[in-house]
Amino acid sequence: MFRKVLVANRGEIAVRIMRALREMDIRSVAVYSDADRASLHVRMADEAFHLGPAPSSESYLRIDRILEAVRKHGADAIHPGYGFLSENAEFAEACEAEGITFIGPSAATIRQMGSKTAARKMAIAIGAPVVPGTESAVSDPAEARQIARAVGYPVLLKAAAGGGGKGMRRVDSESELEGALRDAASEAERAFANSAVYIEKLVERPRHIEIQVLGDRHGNMVHLGERECSLQRRHQKVMEESPSPLVSARPGMREAMGEAALSIARHAGYYNAGTVEFLVDETGRFYFLEMNTRLQVEHPVTELVTGYDLVQLQIRIAAGEELRLTQKDIAWRGWAIECRIYAEDPHNGFLPSPGMLADVERPTGPGVRLDSGVYAGWEVPMEYDPLLAKLAVWGETREAAIARMKRVLGEYYVSGITTNISFFRQILDDPQFCAGHLHTGFIDEFLRSGAPDPPRSPDYDAMAALVTAVFSKQETQRPVDAGTFSIRSRWLAEGRVRGMR
Amino acid sequence: MKLQVSVDDRPAELSFEEASAEWRFDYRPQDGLARSGTASLVRAEPGIYSVLIEGLAYEVRVVAGPDGYYVDIGGRRSVVKVIDPRALSSTGPGQGSQGRQTVTAPMPGKVVRVLIAEGDEVAAGAGLIVVEAMKMQNELKSPKAGRIVQLKAQVGATVKLGELLAVVE
Repeated sequence: MFRKVLVANRGEIAVRIMRALREMDIRSVAVYSDADRASLHVRMADEAFHLGPAPSSESYLRIDRILEAVRKHGADAIHPGYGFLSENAEFAEACEAEGITFIGPSAATIRQMGSKTAARKMAIAIGAPVVPGTESAVSDPAEARQIARAVGYPVLLKAAAGGGGKGMRRVDSESELEGALRDAASEAERAFANSAVYIEKLVERPRHIEIQVLGDRHGNMVHLGERECSLQRRHQKVMEESPSPLVSARPGMREAMGEAALSIARHAGYYNAGTVEFLVDETGRFYFLEMNTRLQVEHPVTELVTGYDLVQLQIRIAAGEELRLTQKDIAWRGWAIECRIYAEDPHNGFLPSPGMLADVERPTGPGVRLDSGVYAGWEVPMEYDPLLAKLAVWGETREAAIARMKRVLGEYYVSGITTNISFFRQILDDPQFCAGHLHTGFIDEFLRSGAPDPPRSPDYDAMAALVTAVFSKQETQRPVDAGTFSIRSRWLAEGRVRGMR
Repeated sequence: MKLQVSVDDRPAELSFEEASAEWRFDYRPQDGLARSGTASLVRAEPGIYSVLIEGLAYEVRVVAGPDGYYVDIGGRRSVVKVIDPRALSSTGPGQGSQGRQTVTAPMPGKVVRVLIAEGDEVAAGAGLIVVEAMKMQNELKSPKAGRIVQLKAQVGATVKLGELLAVVE
């Protein structure tokens, strides 16, 4: 087993990985940028290395600096987390060349699955279901017309190198095709320096359902069931659950999706933890979308319903251990839901809200899991992604999990910056959500329908006004109060008050 | 004591007085039901009050924010402003398309693009400046048709929430 592992990431996922390392009695090395010196992952680590300035391109994406950290600290493996260098084949190769273990699949597998067209070709070759469309990029409008006619409108244009919805266009009729092709290609060129675009049949109101796989370097591989990740905004997942309401209602569907995922992963020579993503239509037909060759953000929901620690298993597999699990050992119990807590303002177009976290009160009690990378008094940097924490709950049934999540969100309090916590409460009250009628356009529709404001209560308004009046009266009588509206000074003042007790 | 307040921009009048460890209150919104009664208020922690009204228990959190007090009751947030009658004469934003209008940073971030120069004529809704934070870019648009009379934004500069970036006249 490893003695020391470098965690090439930041935020909640770095903290999550360090927790696993500590439980396994392995030393952890944090890396950090100028903006992250005081971050939780640095405080959690046994050792730490300064990478460089705040921008990711000068810190967390610097392969040379990370390898320098490995040498200086004598780490024998690197866990890349998600994002940053986690799906960068050159990084995995550089680790191999350096003689250090990359906790993930081989560089060759990352490269193969990293290209959507290559992955799609492979899926077709082994007979896995894919959305009808082209196997390779299309640039000629005449050819595009022919293909679009063959698969039938509406179609979707997608960037071959893409992700995050960039270079993506919906086309409803032939007259829109040529313009959309041009737009998608130029957007793809700008975003990924690669203008290749391919065509797929558009699946209406699709669900996004993915299968977690886990394989060792000795040919053993299992799947750990599905996660439903249909709740997305701007192609970013917002809320996930396991199992999926659709899959759990259809006998045999989990097994069929699991088998398809395993055959794709096996064919790619996959080892370590990976996720095979599928698009699922309203009738339950599923199509291979892509494979993510890393740990997913939403892995906790799988851990909650299966009982396995995916990060520890990743580390064991990377160390060469044999997976002592067969498919028959995997059982699912209850229901798990995760909310991604972002520093953004749901009442103001989801604008990012970096800044000083004045106060954080964490939810506790039965069935709660919080993967957080923040603490009160910490300044949320503006350079990185706005994910502050992942709040997950477990319940015996989906209804119980929803009820628990509502309870837990009520106990979660963050001040100083704005978060999307209140937005989740609205979704959890939505009858369509509660009925499990999900699709990837759900949140957009929900927002368009003018997400219902909870009914106003004169009691609440009166109480809010009264407490404010009393608060401002009492606060201005406090000698430490600076009398300003600055949250920071208020927080410092409160800190002083607490310190004096 | 009598105060003019607004709860989520709904104006109201609040009368309140302390009476033997409780607060008597009378809340009269301009467009809704009045509510009066007696509340027991205990400051449990800084900014956190335990409130009992007619046997019902509430946990109320309050913190001063840049645009009022943020009050959370049962996970629901309201913005409460205490209106100081002496301040009412001061000019605020949102005065139609007349006169000068300012463009300020809607969030802390970094200026990544400046699409205009001082002296430029701009149409209402034209993109002026792009501010980025947390990997999200936000294009600030001109609040009115007019001329850029002042331009503070500089590419690469870090800006605070509400910082003045440009003035359109």
